[in-house]
Amino acid sequence: MSGHHDHDHHHDHDHSELTETQLRVRALETVLTEKGYVDPAALDLLIETYETKVGPRNGARVVAKAWADPAYRARLFKDATPAIAELGYAGRQGEHIVALENTAAQHNMVVCTLCSCYPWPVLGLPPVWYKSAPYRSRAVSDPRGVLKDFGVTLPADTKIRVWDSTAEIRYLVIPMRPAGTDGWSEEKLADLVTRDSMIGTGLAKSP
Amino acid sequence: MNGGQDLGGMHGFGPVVAEPNEPVFHAEWERRAFALTLAMGMPGGWNIDMSRFARENRPPGEYLAMSYYQIWFAALESMMKERGLVADDEIDAGHSLHPPKPVKRVLSPDDVLKVLHRGGPTERETNTRPAFKSGDRVRARTINPPTHTRLPRYVRGHVGTIERVIGCHVFPDSNATGAGENPQWLYTVRFDGRELWGPDGDPSATVSVDAWEPYLERAEK
Repeated sequence: MSGHHDHDHHHDHDHSELTETQLRVRALETVLTEKGYVDPAALDLLIETYETKVGPRNGARVVAKAWADPAYRARLFKDATPAIAELGYAGRQGEHIVALENTAAQHNMVVCTLCSCYPWPVLGLPPVWYKSAPYRSRAVSDPRGVLKDFGVTLPADTKIRVWDSTAEIRYLVIPMRPAGTDGWSEEKLADLVTRDSMIGTGLAKSP
Repeated sequence: MNGGQDLGGMHGFGPVVAEPNEPVFHAEWERRAFALTLAMGMPGGWNIDMSRFARENRPPGEYLAMSYYQIWFAALESMMKERGLVADDEIDAGHSLHPPKPVKRVLSPDDVLKVLHRGGPTERETNTRPAFKSGDRVRARTINPPTHTRLPRYVRGHVGTIERVIGCHVFPDSNATGAGENPQWLYTVRFDGRELWGPDGDPSATVSVDAWEPYLERAEK
């Protein structure tokens, strides 16, 4: 789980093991294509989907709607999976979603200590730090210390609740709505919702 | 398994550092390794728990030194070799040298979005009743299976509270070995920071895991 020291292949200049990895991945793709196990067009579509289509903007729309629409908010906290599907977000790594409400009394934060479980349909693929050993090791034992790494300091009387995603339940944090946003449209509100605020390592932006 | 993947509570990895711009992928091979892994799930015939075990089943030093998609790719290679879908000489040659094995289905471009949208729900019908209810005190069992499990070491032996009865879900410990889905009741179990970490724990923090019934026993206190 070391960091990424590799470069894009267009300007890859060292003959590291990563270059070997690159060659090996290419070789395997050729073998699998020749055997008829994979269709390269399907691979391209998978990459395009997760690189350009599915991302935290989806989750931000869910949060903004929960802030702006009390009936939606109630449905979301009662059973998040169908409420999120109302906006068209569903499927792989989001089959069973639970929404967690951040309040002044309790701050929720999500981790997967055993691998990298993450709600793909609403947040996309996880960032490197979420999958990294520093986050996975300390989120459960020192959550305030981890929050400090993100520049977040919570009031001492705010309780912290850490959710370790050990099963197929995926957790989406609904951050607190910032003050001074009364009457804002959902679209404008969504711009305040950061990816980290939906993991619990950040807060929503203030206007 | 008590492998390099079970990281909760370890020390020494340093601060969490977010990278600037956070690209989804960092090299072309990461894109291809990611897509190959997703696409091969269908013809490969393995399940998500087998994939997870294939990723964690390596010496911890090796696991921690590899990047995320290197681990994915290594697991993909090993699962395919185990099933005779590809051989080392073929990867070395960069070409198919042996006839393909018949596979059930191949992921077509037309099916990609449908398959992603359907996902793989793990909740199952049952006529059993859950042994625990919300508010019950339970102890995470002390178990050390060398095979796949989703009970992290840092909660084993500790007492927590059932917060929610989630439903009956595929049991990874069985599913990963090919022993079948063996669905079991799944619970959210919350532990106090001090229960898990003693005086070094944060008294204002609680931690929950989602734990299947075989991981739990009733606690008196």
